[in-house]
Amino acid sequence: MRKELLAALFLGATALTSPVLAADLRIGLQDDADILDPDQSRTFVGRIVYTSLCDKLVDITPDLEIIPQLATGWSWSEDGKSLTMDLREGVTFHDGTPFDAEAVKANIERSKTLPESRRKSEVKSIETVEVTGPLQVKINLAAPDATLLAQFADRSGMMVSPTAAEAAGADFGAKPICSGPFKFVERVQQDRIVLEKFDGYWNKDAIHFDKVTFLPIPDTTVRLANLRSGDIDMLERLAATDVASVKGDGSLGYAEAVSLGYQGITVNVNNGERGDNPFGNDPKIRQAFSMSLDRDAINQVVFEGAFAPGNQPFPPTSPWYDKDHPVQGRDVEKAKALLKEAGYDSLDVEVQVANNPVQTQMMQVVQAMAGEAGFNVKLKTMEFASLLADQSAGNYQASQVGWSGRVDPDGNIHQFMTCKGGINDSKICLPEVDKLLDEARTSTDIATRKAKYDEARDILINELPIIYLYHPTWIWALSGKLEGFTPYPDGMIRLENVKFK
Amino acid sequence: MLSYVARRIAIAIPTLLLVSIFVFVLQKLLPGDPALVLAGEERDPEVLAFIREKYRLNDPILYQYFYWMKAMLQGDLGISLRTNQPVTQLIADKLPVTLQLATMAMIIAFLIGIPAGILSAVRKGTLTDYLANLVALSGLSIPNFWLGIMLIMLVSVELGWLPASGYESLFVDPVRSIETMIMPAFVLGTALAATLMRHTRSAMLGVLKADYVRTARAKGLLEGPVVIKHAFRNALLPIVTLSALLFGELLAGAVLTEQIFTIPGFGKLIVDAVFTRDYAVVQGVVICTAAGFILMNLIADILYFLLNPRMRSSL
Repeated sequence: MRKELLAALFLGATALTSPVLAADLRIGLQDDADILDPDQSRTFVGRIVYTSLCDKLVDITPDLEIIPQLATGWSWSEDGKSLTMDLREGVTFHDGTPFDAEAVKANIERSKTLPESRRKSEVKSIETVEVTGPLQVKINLAAPDATLLAQFADRSGMMVSPTAAEAAGADFGAKPICSGPFKFVERVQQDRIVLEKFDGYWNKDAIHFDKVTFLPIPDTTVRLANLRSGDIDMLERLAATDVASVKGDGSLGYAEAVSLGYQGITVNVNNGERGDNPFGNDPKIRQAFSMSLDRDAINQVVFEGAFAPGNQPFPPTSPWYDKDHPVQGRDVEKAKALLKEAGYDSLDVEVQVANNPVQTQMMQVVQAMAGEAGFNVKLKTMEFASLLADQSAGNYQASQVGWSGRVDPDGNIHQFMTCKGGINDSKICLPEVDKLLDEARTSTDIATRKAKYDEARDILINELPIIYLYHPTWIWALSGKLEGFTPYPDGMIRLENVKFK
Repeated sequence: MLSYVARRIAIAIPTLLLVSIFVFVLQKLLPGDPALVLAGEERDPEVLAFIREKYRLNDPILYQYFYWMKAMLQGDLGISLRTNQPVTQLIADKLPVTLQLATMAMIIAFLIGIPAGILSAVRKGTLTDYLANLVALSGLSIPNFWLGIMLIMLVSVELGWLPASGYESLFVDPVRSIETMIMPAFVLGTALAATLMRHTRSAMLGVLKADYVRTARAKGLLEGPVVIKHAFRNALLPIVTLSALLFGELLAGAVLTEQIFTIPGFGKLIVDAVFTRDYAVVQGVVICTAAGFILMNLIADILYFLLNPRMRSSL
C-alpha cells in the first residue's frame, strides 16, 4: 500500500515537474561509481560524476594549466611553505550553507582526519589551515609541495557542505551535498545516478541542462547501442575498434583527448627473490626488450591507431614530456646484440597480464615482437585483483599494468620510482633519482621542475623499471544533437557550455 | 503433509550451514586482497591498515566466520566493502529486480516450451515435430550474450521499439518496466523454453503410450481432452521438478543477461562483488540464493504432492 502510494505520488510529481522542453542529459559510463563522497571515493567514474556535482578549489585547462574555480586567486610564500587562497564570493552549497574560509578549513581537515579518508596521502604536506579573512585561507605546509594545487584540482580540492558532512559523517556518500552546477537527487546502485540543476550555482548561465543522469553500462557494444538508439546522449570510453564506425556516422559526434595515464610493463627489479633473475638484474636486457617493440605497430594493430605510443610516464602531448628521448623505432638486430652482450641468445620472461581481451591481445603482439629478438615471453593471464596482490607482494617477474595519470607530473613518477614510493612495485631504488624527484616536488618554478624530471628521465630511460608502452586516449561518442563539449586529458566530462542544438 | 514439510525444512538448515561454510572458505581461498582492491590506485598504507581493521581482515579466519555467522543469525549480513551499504538492503533492492526478470523469463519459457512440447509429441515424426526440435536446439545452442546483443541491435537500434538497456521498477512505471525487461526475459527464457520443450515432449510421448490413454481414446473421448486432461496432467510431474531445477539455472543465466542489458539485479551485484572481493556481498548473495533454491525445491515437492495422489497415500 505504501509503495503504491509512493508510486502514485512519484508519477504525479513527474507529471507536474517535467515541462515539455526539459533538457535532460543522459550519460553512459563504463562502470558504476563507488561511494559518492569525495574524501572516500576511489573510482574514475566517480570523479566524472563529481565534475557535475562538486566544485573544486581550482580547475585545469585542457593544457593542464591551473585556473580558478572556487578559489579566485592564490599566491605562494617566499619559502614555498604557505599558500594563500582568495575565495569566490556569493557561493552556496546545495543545502544553503554559505561557502567561506571556514568551509575550506573544515574540508581540508576532513580529508586529513576522517578515518575513512582516501585523500590523506594527497594532503599530507598540509600542517594547518588558517582562516585569514571571511574569504581567505592560508594553508601552511610542513615542506614545500608543488603538487598541492594539482591535488586541489581533483578530489582533495572538492568542497562538500560542512554542515552536511558534520551531520552525516562517513555516510555522507548516501546523499552528497556540494556546491557544483548540479545537485544530487537519487541513486540506484548499478543503475543510475540522477542530478538536477542547482539554481543557486554561481556560474549557472553556463549550464544548459535541467537534469543529468549517469547510467553505468559496462559493455562497450551495449553502451554504443544505447547511444545509437537515443537512450543516452553521450558515452565515455568508446572502444578503439568502434572509432571508425562512429566517425563515419553523420548522426553522432566524436571527441578525444590523450590521457594523463600510461600502460606499461612493470619489471620486478628488487621486490623479493623473484626479482633476482637476469631480466630484473640487468638493465641492458630490459633495453633490448624495449628495443624489440614497435610501439606504433602495437597502437595500429590493437587500438586502430587511436592511442598514443609512449616511452615515458608523461604522454608526448604533455608539457612535461622529455623531447630529448623520443619514442624509438623498432630495432631487432640491435636488441639481439644487446641481449648477446648481456650473455644470452634467448631468455625466458614471464609477464602477468589482466584477463581482459584488449590487454591480452596487446600483450600477444608484444610477445610476438619480443620473440623475434630472442625473448620467450610467457603470458600469465590473471584476474585483476589477483594480479594486483601478486604484484604488490613481489610474486612476479614482470607485470602489465598502467596508471590512470595525474595532473601534476609528480603523481605519475614519484611514487613509482623513489625507494620508498608507495606503489614502487618494481622496488627500483636509485639515490640520484630519489634526490631529483624530491627536489622537483619542492620547487614551484615550472622550468626548474622540468629540468629535474628530465635529468631523472636520463637515468630511468636506461634503467627501465617500467617499460612504457602507450598512453590511452579518452574517447567520447556524442549524440549529434549535442554541441559545445570540450575534451580534457583528465577524462572528465565538464558540462559548462554544453547544450542541445 | 505438515510433518512432511517440517521434515523438509529441518533438512534445509544443515544444508544452509554447509553452504555458508563452503562459500566462506572458498572466498578466502580466492587469491587477491580486498584491501588492495578497495584502497584505490595509490594503495596508501594508512588506508590499507584502516580497511583491514574495519572489516576484520586481520583476524583469524575462524573468528571471521563466527562474527559473520553471529551477525547473520541476527539478520545482519554485514556491510558492503565497496559501497558501505548494508548487504541486506542491497539484496532487498536487487532481489525483486531479478525475481521479476526470472518470473517473466519463466512465463515466456512456459508459453513457448510447453505448447511446443505437447505439439511435437502429438505430431511426432511430422514436419511440426522437426521444426519444433530445430527451434529448441537453436534455443539451446545460441549463447545468451550473442542473442542479447543481436536483439539490442535489431529491436532497439534498427527498429527503435524498445530501450536498449536499463531498468525501471514495476511500482514506479509498470509500462516502462515491462518494456525494459521484455528483451532480457526473452533471451533468458528461450534457452529454458528449449529445455522445457524437450522434456515435455519426451514425458508426453511416454504418457501417450500408456494404457489409460488408450482406454480414454477407446471410450470415444475427443483427442483434445485426452491430451490435455489425461496425458498432460501426468506428464506434468517431471516438468515441475525440472522447473524447480531450472530456477537455479535461471539465476545463473541472469548473471550474464543482467550484464548485457545492464539490469541492476542479483547477477550484476554478485559479479561486481566477486571482482572487487566484496566478501560480505558475495556471502550474503550466495546464502540467499541457496535459501531460495531450497525453497523452490520445497515448493516443487509440495506441488508434487498436490498433483500426484499416489504420494499422498504413501505418507
